[in-house]
Amino acid sequence: MFELSTQGQEFVKKELQRYETVESAIIPSLYQVQKENDGWVSEEAIGYLSDFMGIPAARINEVFHFYTMFNKKPVGKYHVQVCCNVACAMAGTREMTKTFLDEYGVKEGEVTEDGRFTFTKVECLGACDKAPMMQINEDYHENLTPESARQLLKELK
Amino acid sequence: MEVKLLSEHYGDDNFKTLEGYKVKGGYEVLPKALKMKPEEIIAEVKASGLRGRGGAGFPTGVKWGFLPNNGETRYLLCNADEGEPCTFKDRMMMEKAPHQLIEGMIISAFAINSPKSYIYIRGEYTYAAKVVEKAIKEAYDAGYLGKNILGSGFDHDMDIYRGAGAYICGEETGMISSLEGKKGQPKLKPPFPAVQGYLKKPTIVNNVETLAAVKYIIRDGADSYKKHGTEKSAGTKLFSVAGDVNKPGNYEVPLGYPLLDLINNECGGIKEGRALKAAIPGGTSAPIITAEEIEKATLDYECLAEMGTMLGSGSIVVMDDTRCMVDMMKVISHFYHHESCGQCTPCREGTGWLHKLVSSVIDGTASVSDIDLLCEVANKMKGRTICALSDAAALPVLGIVPKFREEFEFFIKEGYSKVKGRANA
Ligand SMILES: Cc1cc2nc3c(=O)[nH]c(=O)nc-3n(C[C@H](O)[C@H](O)[C@H](O)COP(=O)(O)O)c2cc1C
Ligand code: SF4
Ligand code: FES
Repeated sequence: MFELSTQGQEFVKKELQRYETVESAIIPSLYQVQKENDGWVSEEAIGYLSDFMGIPAARINEVFHFYTMFNKKPVGKYHVQVCCNVACAMAGTREMTKTFLDEYGVKEGEVTEDGRFTFTKVECLGACDKAPMMQINEDYHENLTPESARQLLKELK
Repeated sequence: MEVKLLSEHYGDDNFKTLEGYKVKGGYEVLPKALKMKPEEIIAEVKASGLRGRGGAGFPTGVKWGFLPNNGETRYLLCNADEGEPCTFKDRMMMEKAPHQLIEGMIISAFAINSPKSYIYIRGEYTYAAKVVEKAIKEAYDAGYLGKNILGSGFDHDMDIYRGAGAYICGEETGMISSLEGKKGQPKLKPPFPAVQGYLKKPTIVNNVETLAAVKYIIRDGADSYKKHGTEKSAGTKLFSVAGDVNKPGNYEVPLGYPLLDLINNECGGIKEGRALKAAIPGGTSAPIITAEEIEKATLDYECLAEMGTMLGSGSIVVMDDTRCMVDMMKVISHFYHHESCGQCTPCREGTGWLHKLVSSVIDGTASVSDIDLLCEVANKMKGRTICALSDAAALPVLGIVPKFREEFEFFIKEGYSKVKGRANA
């Protein structure tokens, strides 16, 4: 059974008060759930949130499915999001992603066997002057080289 | 030459704190503004010629003038969604100079008589959101936000709202829907947000850079601000430059500045001494221009419009002669296909077709007639949808295909890129 931590519950309660309408609290609450549920949001968690917030599950689902930052299935401990938009693609990120996938033996969006990684190609993250770049969980890693990127992944346990 | 109003103190790490900001004259314009009449501020912004820095370039003072005088609560929304590919100026401002944005917003809110504002920050910008949230708190503690600001009798509350990954939430009505806790789908205009926006109340949506510029217009006066730039494109503008230049980054130059000078001087020229081939002048929605065109291009709204492209968000991607235009178009088309919200058939289907057709050129399954089909599809996507994303997806195609047609033909006939060394990525 999914349940938010006490701190998480307090957070959602505050968010429900924070904006002019309670529905505006859906996005921040989904972030909180994702944070407490190993980086993704399950159907069960939506049900929990619906009860807790007093908002129909269908309404929460509508928001949940619209936004790409909410993960619909389990992700690795490190969610590696490689920017493959123009500036980063020019700097070789598509090739770089391919080497990651080959090396770790997964497809895009899958979790590696050891549970460490999920690789996703994403659109521009607004750090194009420091291309090639990728985001691992919340952190940006910029001005990568194929070697520095590989090394970085190796060090993530 | 750079002219730094907005970016003057980006190099000062302390500028992001209230203390550091105040050392550099921070919150000195606010008391002056609060002593003016709101109409005077609006008149000053109108006179300055400031045009929206988020993409469409609409005159800011004129937009503010559209608010109805019906006694309804008015909202101010700062668009910090910055989703236009290769734009990174708003992120940098939030991270380096959050108080400058906040001061600009309080002045703007006072001008339009709004008790509440939000800064809608794209979800990926976690760090920027933290910096801005902290700055807002500092501003509250110092009495620049909240009740009876600096004894003026003006009350204003400000908060942030984080998006969650959807380019379409940068479109103002999509952003409003998102802030209301709905899917971020755009709505048909009119009614424009100024008349019916957030919670159906009159709402002004402005870009980060636009709102920050208001502070400098009030500080220096419209006449002084207008001295920068050209007659129709007033002021300075932040340009995000990326791609094949030696020194990519954000540069603030007066509007009307020659693009080639920006590339060669501020950005240190093309990497590894290679030849300039093309540039996207205003975000990927802006049609590409060739090296020849770049020589004549000045960075202002008029010149770029005359060239069939646009200033857009002010992000410039520079490409050297090793870049394959078919490949570039594939990347761009993928983006719009991914980001279409799907409400309108021409956009939903059209973006899919564009991506599929350009992919088929690279896969070797296209025939030469598909090149015309690409343009045909793009033409049908223009001007018939709820929001401008459909046009934004179509326009780059209608620029790149005719200008580099021989690269598309070569790829189809030979099965590989005309540009040496470029594989089908
Ligand atoms: C698909 C689409 C995406 C947009 N994305 C942004 C954005 O990320 N940031 C922004 O300021 N404006 C964006 N805009 C423009 C906004 O709709 C709006 O015109 C702008 O925020 C108004 O502010 P301004 O007048 O200060 O430029 C976008 C428009 C469209 C059609
Ligand atoms: S044009 Fe595209 S993105 Fe805009 S509302 Fe229609 S389907 Fe959605
Ligand atoms: S293109 Fe990768 S961060 Fe912008």
